[in-house]
This record gives sequence, C-alpha cells and structure tokens, in this order.
Amino acid sequence: MLKIENLQASVDNKSILKGLNLNVKSGEVHAIMGPNGAGKSTLANIIAGKEEYDVTNGTMELNGEDISELSPEERAHNGVFLSFQYPVEIPGVSVTNFIKTSINETRKAKGLNDMPAKDMLKMIREKSELLEIDRKFLSRSLNEGFSGGEKKRNEIFQMAMLEPKLAILDETDSGLDIDALRIVANGVNKLKSKDNAVIVITHYQRLLDYIVPDFVHVLHDGKIVKTGDASLALELEAKGYDWIKEEISA
Amino acid sequence: MDLKEKIVSSYVAFEDGVNINSDIHEIRTEAFQNFEKLGFPSKKLEAWKYTSLNSILKEDYSIFPDKEKSITLAEVKKYFIHDIDTYKIVFIDGKYSSFLSETTHDNIDVCLMSSALSKKKYKLVIENYFNKIAKQDNLTSLNTAFSKEGAYIHIPKNTEVEKPIQIINFTTGEESATMLQPRNLIVADKNAHVQIIERHQSLTSNAALTNVVTEIFADRHSTVDLYKIQNDNIAASLVDNTFVEQQSNSVVSVHTFSFGGNITRNNLNFFQKGEHIDSILKGITIIEGKQHVDHHTLVHHIEPNCESHQDYKGIYDERSTGVFNGKVIVEKEAQKTNAYQKNNNILMNNKSTINAKPQLEIFADDVKCSHGCTIGQLDEQALFYMQQRGIPKKEAKALLMYAFANTVLESVKVPEVKERIMKLIATKLKVNIGFNI
Repeated sequence: MLKIENLQASVDNKSILKGLNLNVKSGEVHAIMGPNGAGKSTLANIIAGKEEYDVTNGTMELNGEDISELSPEERAHNGVFLSFQYPVEIPGVSVTNFIKTSINETRKAKGLNDMPAKDMLKMIREKSELLEIDRKFLSRSLNEGFSGGEKKRNEIFQMAMLEPKLAILDETDSGLDIDALRIVANGVNKLKSKDNAVIVITHYQRLLDYIVPDFVHVLHDGKIVKTGDASLALELEAKGYDWIKEEISA
Repeated sequence: MDLKEKIVSSYVAFEDGVNINSDIHEIRTEAFQNFEKLGFPSKKLEAWKYTSLNSILKEDYSIFPDKEKSITLAEVKKYFIHDIDTYKIVFIDGKYSSFLSETTHDNIDVCLMSSALSKKKYKLVIENYFNKIAKQDNLTSLNTAFSKEGAYIHIPKNTEVEKPIQIINFTTGEESATMLQPRNLIVADKNAHVQIIERHQSLTSNAALTNVVTEIFADRHSTVDLYKIQNDNIAASLVDNTFVEQQSNSVVSVHTFSFGGNITRNNLNFFQKGEHIDSILKGITIIEGKQHVDHHTLVHHIEPNCESHQDYKGIYDERSTGVFNGKVIVEKEAQKTNAYQKNNNILMNNKSTINAKPQLEIFADDVKCSHGCTIGQLDEQALFYMQQRGIPKKEAKALLMYAFANTVLESVKVPEVKERIMKLIATKLKVNIGFNI
C-alpha cells in the first residue's frame, strides 16, 4: 500500500525527516510513537502533501505509484486520508455541505457524476450513526465551536464517508474523553478491512488498547529507530522513551 | 474639449427636450450652476482621495445617445431575475423601453420619472420628495441638472408589494462611449413594504459611464429592501449616489454586490429622522484585474433608539483596488443608538490593495458603537485541510471566499436574488460548485 524509502525532508532549511523507511501493507495497522518533536506530524503532513515541506530525498509510493509530486487533493483522490491533530474551523460551511463537496469532487476526479442526493443522505445517516453523531451537528459550521472530542469525531465521520485506502490518524486521541475515545476507536475498527490500512500516530498507549496495531514504530530524530509489535507500545508506556535513546547512542 | 466643457455646452440642447418653465427646471438649472462651479471631483478632495476618475473622464462620451438600438428579450434575459414574476422598469441608453418593461398604476405606482416630473397627478409627491435629500455635491448636481428619466416608485400606505421591482439600465452605445444620468425616486408611505433590484448593464465594449442618483423615503413602519447588482462589463464605470431618509420604526436595507465593471463608486447615505429605525448596509465585493470598487457609506443617527448595521466583505485579486470609507455620525440627541460596522477584506495577491477607513463621530454618551476592520489573506491551513478532503485548491479557495462573504447573503430576503448572487460568485471565482450551505 504505502512504501516510503529514505525519506528526507526539511522546513525552512531545518531538517526534520532524516532518512525514514516505512512499509505499510493492505489490512495492516501501524502505530507511530515517539517523543515530541520527533517528526511524527511532519511525516503525516508530508504523506498528505502539505506544500510547506521540502522533500529533499527519498521516495514515496502508494500502491506502486509515486505520489511525491501529487497535490494534496490528488493524493486524497488516490485514497489518502489524514485525520488532523487540529481540525480547522471553517465558519459558514456546514459539515454536510463540506462532506458533499468533498465526496463529489473526489467522484469528479474519477470521472463519476455527483452522488445522487438520496444515496448521499443514506450514507450520511449510516455513518453518523456509526460515530454516534447528533444530526443537528451536521448542519453546524464545520468545526466551529466544536469541542475537542466533537472535532475528532467529525474527522472520523469524514473518514467513514470518504472510505480511504490509507488513513493516517494524527493524535486522534488527544482531547478525547474515554467515551469519545471508545466511539472513535470503534468507528475506525468498523472501517478497517483487508483492503485498507491505518497509520495511528500517538503519544500514548491508550488508543492502542482499542485500535490494536500490527506494528509499532518509534520515531526519533527524523528516523524510525525501533519497530516491534503491540507489546512495544506497552513497554514505551511503562518505561518512556529514554531507554530507546540510550539504546541508539550505545 | 474636456468632458466638463462638453457637458456644460450641451445643456442648451438638453433644455430643448424638457419643460423649462417648471419648478423642476429651476432645481435643474441651480444644480447645473453648481456642477459648473465644482466640476468633476479630483483626488484633492478628501472623499475622492483613493478613487480617481481621470482615466474614465478622458473618453469622448456622447451626452445624448439618440441612436436607439433595439434589443430583444432573448439577448438580455440573463440580466433579469426571470424565474419569478416581477415588475420591471427598463431603460435602453437612458430611454424607456416599454417592450421590456412591466409597469403598473394599480394602487402602487411603478413607472417613469419622466411622467412623474411632468404629470399633474404626481405633482405633490415630486414637490415633497424630489431632490430633497440628494447632496449638492459635484456628481449629484450633475445628475440633477440632467434629471429627466429613471424609475419612479410610490407605494401607498399599508401596501405590501407582492412581487419585487427590477430597475434595469442597459447601455448599447454602438457608436461611441455613452454617459447616462438615471434618476430614481422611491417613496414608501406608512407601513408600505417593497423589494427592489437595481442593475446597470452595458452591452457594448465601448466605454460607458453611469452617474445614477436614487432617493428613497421610508415613512413610519415601512420596509424597503434594495439589492444592487453591479456586475457590469469591464468597459463600464458607475457612480451610484443613493440617499435614504427614514422615519420612525422603518427598516431599510441596501445590499450592494460589486463583481464587475471598471471603476465603481458607491455613495450610500442614510439619514434617520425618527426613533426605532433600523438601517442595514451590506456589501460583497469580489474583483480582479485592474478593477476598482469604492464604498463610501454614511449613517447619520439623529434621533434616539435607532440601529444601524453595516457589513462589507471584500475579496481583491491581482491588481484590483478597493476602498471602504464608513462614516457614522451619532448626534447628541441620538442616545441609545446601536451602530455596528464590520469591514473584512481578503487580499489574494500582493499587488492588490484595500484602503479602509472607519470614521465614527459620536456626540452622544449613551450609545453602543462598534467597528471592526480586518485585512487578511486566505487561511493556508484551511486550504490544506480542504484539499486533503479532495477539494481542489481552486474550489477550496472559492468555498472559503464564499463562506467569508456569506454573512452578507444571509439577510437577502428574495431567494431568487440570493440564488443569482451565489451563481455570480461561482462564475466570478471560475468554479462550478454549489454554495448551498
């Protein structure tokens, strides 16, 4: 699905990723953990195509196709979804209209006509139920005045509507209380299939109790320095990151 | 010969076509003298500091376009709000087109200024209202001097006009540049309610300059909603002088949608002559190229317990320039005034310019007055967010701009007008997306 080799990137001439390798296959869940400033969110933004980063070296392929030159929207059309750590508030655009525009623009890119309104409504109904979203919420301005939990739930709702191949959840657990965490994680689990893949970026183990990863990677100083299974996350939770740093410098 | 000289020297010819032994002509000739004295405004005047008319005054305008071109409905249908039934007062090169119009004298008067100025039936209304609040400045005087034709709308008391009224001025100017001086009068008596759509549209690539004056009188408990659609072609310039006088408990709203044209200057003036009045001034400006749009607003709070709401949104791309000068005067007697003014601007390009100037003169001590003026750029993070959800950059920008301007559209009461404006915005932003938010 996603194959990243020797990825190096910088912003304002400051090197952030320093030769990162990552291979994610269909049906897998990967967790990326690491201390603050390790480059986790940068990685997510670079996969999604944010322009302010300069990719100086390395390759990035999605299903065998080089995506490094594609615009963010083209990557989205190819099935990349990034759940934002801080979803943007857009006053004046309702959740419903935004997702409609989003779906129809994606269909347009694939040469399809707009989704019939009836099908759209049905889908919105189903997916909002899945995420236990109040209908009234759908007519509100996108993310405006939403609580942290509502914003994250809305991200996963959009993910459910767009059915991406590769979903990257950037700190989706931050700002969630335990009930919201359960709802969001359930949503993600229900959307998981053998044809898609999920990358979970998180500081903490607790989200991984619900979304169980096949692989856990530790990102430190722009590189993946350790990879393990779900037990690695538990170990990090118990021991922190310092032992890994020591292991590297040793 | 410069334009002023040309205008002054053609006045005798103008007099051939009007009754010079009338009170109206007294008013005209006085205004003529005034214009002769003042001439066209220059950038030396504070009110014209950021708007220069020099480039358009160089044209060799024909003052009396007499070659009347006939136009078919099919050619101009798109400029009308045609999906609903409306009254229409239509002019082609300043002359009334009965063929395209739909006027009425059935209880209400929706007809021609030329009739109102000459027929006995309208004498009293004209005496009471004509040229009573129009300022005696350069361009208003010019219009008054040549005032002859335009829309005359009189809604008697307790009447709710069941369909909107459209006033449309077409310029055909096949042979040369054309200058027009339309003169409108709108009178809403006690508890009368009316909605009006005003549009100036040039059908030629020759230069056109329209200097329009509209006087609006809203008596007690009346409502007047005026929608100005300014989407003219790039060779057309407009100076719109609108004066509104309101009596107690009246509500008047003026929405100005400025998307087209070369130079557009809006002088919008409200005078509150009673209590519990609400004045609403809103505008969306979206321009590009070398277009220039200037909004000069004035709200004069004279009596206590009144409100005014101003909300102007501007989006400027390429080398376009905008001006917002919003003046609010609150007289000493006008206690408990609530005056709100908002002016938000987005510069899409580092070559585009906005000159914004809120001006508050408050002489009362128990009032709520606020003004907020912002100048910014589109939020890059919001754009990335939308692109990440598959919305292409151009469409994402358009959606953000639309959302930005949307607070102005919310108060548009005629759904078809709102729909039309949304389409014009989509066209202006070159996108094909629905904004049904």
